[in-house]
Parts: sequence; structure tokens; C-alpha cells
Amino acid sequence: MTRIGRIRLLVILTAVAALEIACRTDLIDRRVVIPPSEMATSLLRILASGAGNEDIVRTLGMIAAASAISVILGFALGLLIHALPRVRAALDPLFATYYAVPIFIFYPVLIAIFGLSLLPILLIAVATAIVAMIIATLNGLDRVPRVLSKVARVHHMGALATAVRLQLPAAAPYLFTGVKLAVSYGFIAVIASEFILAPAGLGRQIADAYADFDNRRMYALMLLILIIATVVNTVLHAFDLRWAERRGRKIS
Amino acid sequence: MSGTVPSSEAHARLQGVTRVYPPAAGHPAVHALGPVDIELRKGEFFAVVGPSGCGKSTLLEVLAGLQPATSGTVEFEGRRVSGVVPDNIGVVFQEDASFPWLTVWDNAAFGLRRSGAAPTEVRRRVDDALAFMGLRDFARAYPLQLSGGMRQRVCIARTLVLQPRLILLDEPFGALDAQTRLLMGEEVLRLWRRTGASILLITHALDEAAMLADRVGAMSARPGRFIEVIETGWMRERDSTIVREPAFAEITGRLWDNLRGESMKALGHSSMAAE
Amino acid sequence: MSATRRIADTLAIIVVLLLLWEGLHHLVGSTALPAPWPTLAYLARLITTARFAENAAATAVAFAFALALAYGIGLAIGVWMGAHHLSGAVGEPILIALYSLPKITLYPVILLIFGLGISGKVAFGALHGVLPVALLTMAAIRSISPVYVKSARSMQLSPWQTIILVLLPATLPEVVAGLRIGLTVTLLGVLLAEMFAAKQGLGFLIMNAMSLLQGEEMIGVAVLLFAFAALANALLLWFEHHLHRV
Repeated sequence: MTRIGRIRLLVILTAVAALEIACRTDLIDRRVVIPPSEMATSLLRILASGAGNEDIVRTLGMIAAASAISVILGFALGLLIHALPRVRAALDPLFATYYAVPIFIFYPVLIAIFGLSLLPILLIAVATAIVAMIIATLNGLDRVPRVLSKVARVHHMGALATAVRLQLPAAAPYLFTGVKLAVSYGFIAVIASEFILAPAGLGRQIADAYADFDNRRMYALMLLILIIATVVNTVLHAFDLRWAERRGRKIS
Repeated sequence: MSGTVPSSEAHARLQGVTRVYPPAAGHPAVHALGPVDIELRKGEFFAVVGPSGCGKSTLLEVLAGLQPATSGTVEFEGRRVSGVVPDNIGVVFQEDASFPWLTVWDNAAFGLRRSGAAPTEVRRRVDDALAFMGLRDFARAYPLQLSGGMRQRVCIARTLVLQPRLILLDEPFGALDAQTRLLMGEEVLRLWRRTGASILLITHALDEAAMLADRVGAMSARPGRFIEVIETGWMRERDSTIVREPAFAEITGRLWDNLRGESMKALGHSSMAAE
Repeated sequence: MSATRRIADTLAIIVVLLLLWEGLHHLVGSTALPAPWPTLAYLARLITTARFAENAAATAVAFAFALALAYGIGLAIGVWMGAHHLSGAVGEPILIALYSLPKITLYPVILLIFGLGISGKVAFGALHGVLPVALLTMAAIRSISPVYVKSARSMQLSPWQTIILVLLPATLPEVVAGLRIGLTVTLLGVLLAEMFAAKQGLGFLIMNAMSLLQGEEMIGVAVLLFAFAALANALLLWFEHHLHRV
């Protein structure tokens, strides 16, 4: 691990240790925050008992579904819009403003229309994530070097072959950024939805635990989400780095 | 294959070729090139020099079939060129056309694999081309880990693998520093001798053209037309040391005599997008 | 692309969205999704009521405080981590990781610490806004070309002059980008807080309207918030572009 990595680890561990000590010495009231060690043991107990499994599966399933739909549909729409410059120009102000407005406040409207079920959560998550993928797709397709289409003609490649074997790989790093963002936004939207109002799911469980003054359960589940989010983001980031490696470290 | 002397037989021919970019939103038609009449002899090294924007790259792309001629005829090996890049023509572009997602080896193999050659044949030709271009030790590297000059070599290797009979080079060394350019020039000469192909090199560097070519065509400012075609008379086994020869200074001087006035005209023009 | 064309396209989009709204309304029925015109008419009446004024004020006050905190703390962190290379290198991945966390899961902690009043909303909103402001300010400071500092020294500017006359203008566009994004997420944070646990505020109004099946109020307030956010964003974006030209 690099020196900076070690320092970072030290900083994080020191912060956790400080929190632990502060909680155990009652510097911080236990009714507000419980020691990290207790968060961890509570989580292990919940996981071992299998009581949380249904909600975990439901939440992760939603996130996966929303991400997949956003990525695939977003890519397809991005391709389509890229091929229609006038449409793209018309949609430009929409894309520029989309993430400036709190789309999420439409969640209650969706509940009113579709009832309290999985569908509003899925819809709001896709609505939040899909535009990031569309924008990334447009960006990636823009950055395909123009010389590549000339190379394609020199090699007598048809439109489909050019798209699949040259344009797609050339745009891939930017597309992957879109995937990263889509997953990230989908994650946040699903959890937020479950927290505010949902029949089940990890977010709902945390909200319930809060309402029941069950700090142990609440913090355990918060820790779980923290861990899952960190793992997912780290994995995606690692992939991104792998690609970046191919794209810049000079050896000659 | 090496040692063949350019014959007087025409390998490619442009007759009365002009290229006019049609008017589009916001700007009128642009008369970019011509009329141009030129014959490329089989096996010769022909360089084209001229001021910026004179249409040199357009000439190359029309010859390759990448752009249509607005008038006149383009012929390669006796057949009309139109719309499709003919087989046996290889093109090395000005911009870096190496594929960053493939290794150097896979880059070089790209064209040959697409034509459905047998894997053993692919391996043989690619290894050969990479060795010839001095890239054997970098076969597993990715292009963006290499310098600009190396990346152009990858593109040349990719063309070489297909064994074209006519190689078109559009200012391939434009982005490189002067010394690297001279050395790359020697590489192209080696390439030329080894393959026996005809070469058309577009360059803005007079010394490069004078050193490398059998004939140098000097182009006027836009719309580009050939003002003069100079025979250098160099022997085939040449390298960059011919810059020492008195004849070299003479040829370069003649080129500049032709081009000085044209270059000043070109400087006065507002710059438009593609040549 | 000319300005009139852009405006025309924006209007076209708004028209299309209104038509879609109308279409969905016919599909779904008016309790769930009322039609555009009645909704906007309702909104026009609503904003004159005292009830609306109270709730809007609650949100506005919380938002203003949260924004001030987010900007102040975010800029401070950003400048420090940008100028102090080790802190930046150590801290950046931590900030990025925090940025992509669903911070709503931390909301109960905020509530436990700050209680159910306005301070909870402010803290939660600020928590959202601090991160993009810090990250973008840090990036802006880091990207200051060394040649600027060298030029300042060769012209014998004092450190203070260097900061005010050279470094600040150089970093301003990117810092403003951070402030713009910070504004968006701070607003979202405050609204989320109100949606979950509040007795006042525009977020509360929406949830309340949902439980009372008042579609017009629910959507009307949402549209109002959209318009506000879009306008604020457009203004800051214009300012950003203006800075880039200088």
C-alpha cells in the first residue's frame, strides 16, 4: 500500500477509534450514537439470524434492476439521440437542467398513481439514473475520433462492424463512467424511497428502527448499507482504474 | 521485390480531377482542389508539398476513394476509383488512428483478421511487420503507453501487414519533432524498398519531401494545382544522410522558389476546416 | 446555435412536457394525476395563502442556513485540501466515497443529534452540499497552473495580491461550478428531510398532500420547486459561462 494509502487508513481507523472511545466513556450519549463495535456485533447477529435477508434481497434486487434498466435503456436512447442532431440540440437544455431539479420529489406522485409497491421505487430510481447514462453515452460517442471512420472505410467495414468494433470500444471508457453514475444514483434513489415511504426494504427497516428507538438495529443496518455502498463503488472504481491504466501510463 | 526500379507504367492516375465541397448551412461551396493531372508510376516514391489548406490531404483522400472527385477521373491499376477504397491501397492518416483498447499486436493484426486470413498467416505477417517496424518488444503494450512516434509506427505496421501495392501517407509525421521525423523518414524508405510498393507522401516539410521522394509535386495555394513536378534523381538505396548532397539544397531551393509565393497567398486566406 | 433557437427549443420542450402531462392525466385519472391547467391555476391561488407562505418560509430559511454552512465549510475544506497536497491526496477519496453514499441513511443520526426542528434540516442539507463544494474547490485550486504563481512572483506581487489578483480569478469558474452543484444537492437535502420528518416546509406539504390525496397541491408544489431550482441553476450557469469568457 502506498504511503498515502497508509495515512488514509490511519485517519479512518483513528476516527472510528475516537468514536468508539467517545461512546464507551459516555462522552457521546448512547441514545444518540452507539459504539462502532456494537454496531458491528448487532449487524453480525442480524445477518446470522437471517431476519434481515428478505429486505436485503429486496433492496439489492431493486438497485440491480434499476441500474440494469437505466444502463441499457439509457445507452439505447443515447445512441438514438446522437444520431439525430436536431433532436439532441432541442433536448440539450433538458439534460443541462435535469440534475439541477429535485426529481425525487415526484416520488409521492408516483405512489399516488401506482400505490405503495415496488413500481414507484423502480420508476423513480430509473428516472434518476437514466439521464446520467444518456449524457455519458452522448459524451462517449462524441469522443470517438473522426479518423476511425476513415480507417473503417480503408478496411472495408460496414456500418454495423464499424459501430461494434471501432466506435463502441472507443467510447467504452465514457460509457463506463455512465454505468458508475447510474448505479450510484440508482442506489441512492432506492434507499431514499424506502426510507421515506415503502412497504419493505432496508431503508424502511432503518426508518422503523428509528421510530421504535431501536438504536442497535438502526445502526447495524446503516452500517450494512455503508458497507454495501462502499464495496460497490470501490469495485466500479477499480474497474475504471484498470481501464485508465491502458489509457495513459507511458512506458516509452 | 527490393531493387525494382520505378517503371514508366502508371500505377494510379488522376485526370482533370477537381474537388468542390458542396455548400452547406452557413458557408458557400469550397473549391478545394484541382484541376489536377498526375500519374503515379509503379514503384515510385512521390511526395506532395504545398502550403496549408491547399488541398494536399484532399488529393490523397480522393485518390483513396474516401472522397468523390467532383469532376475528372481517378484510376488505380487501370480501374476507376469511386466510393470504395480499393483493395491493395493502404492509408496512414495524420491523426493517431491506433486503437487504444487493443494491444500493439492486435492493432497490427486488425485488418488482416477482418479479411479472414488463417491464424498462422496472421501471426507470421504481424510478427514480421512488428519486427520490421521495431515494435517487437512492445507487442503486448497499449498504444497510449507509447510515444506519438511509436503510435504512428503501429499504424504503419497495421497497413504493412496487408501488403498494399500503393501506400498513402497523409502527413504522418506532422506531430513529431524534427529529429524523430528524419528517422521516421528513413523507416519509410526501408519500408518502400522492402515492399516494392508505390508511395504517395503528403508533407508540409520541404526537406522531408526532397530527401525521401523520386519525384516531388509542388502544389499551389487553394484550389491546389501542381505548379511543378521535380525529379530528384536519387538512387534507391538512400537514407537521411543525403541531406549532405549539394543536389539536396538545390531541390529544396527550387521547391521553395515555387512555394514561397503560394505560401504567402495561403497565409492571407482565412482558415477553413479540412484541406 | 443562436440564442433564439435555444429559447425556442426550450419552449418546445416545455410544451411537449405539458402535453405528456395531459396525456398521462387522461390515462391515469384526476385523483392521482390532475390535468396541467387546473393544477397551475390551483398553484396560482395557493401561493397567495398564508399556509403556503408559512411553509415556504420554513423551507427557505432552512435552505438559506444550510447553503451558507455548505458554502462556508465546503470552501474552507476545499481550499485547505487543494493547497495542502498531502491532505488533499489523503482526503479526496474519502470525500468521493462520502459523496456517493446515500446520505439519507445518516438522517436518523442527525435527528437524534439535532432533534426534529429546523436545525436538523439545516444540518442535513449542509451535509449534502459540503461535498461537491469541497471537491470542486479542491480541484480548482490544484489545477492552478504553476506558471501563474511564477508570473506573480516575477512581477513581485505580495502573497495577498497574488491570491486576489491572480489565483482567485483563475479558480473562480470551477469554484462557481461547485457552488452551483452544491445549491442543487443542498435543496434536495432540505426537501428530503422535510419529506421524512417535519411538520412544516414544502417537502412536508407534498407528503401531506399525498396522504390527503390532494393531487393538485402535490404536483403544484413540485412544479414550483422545479422552476425555482431550474432558474437558480440557470443563473449560476450563466455566471459560470460569463467567468469563462473573461
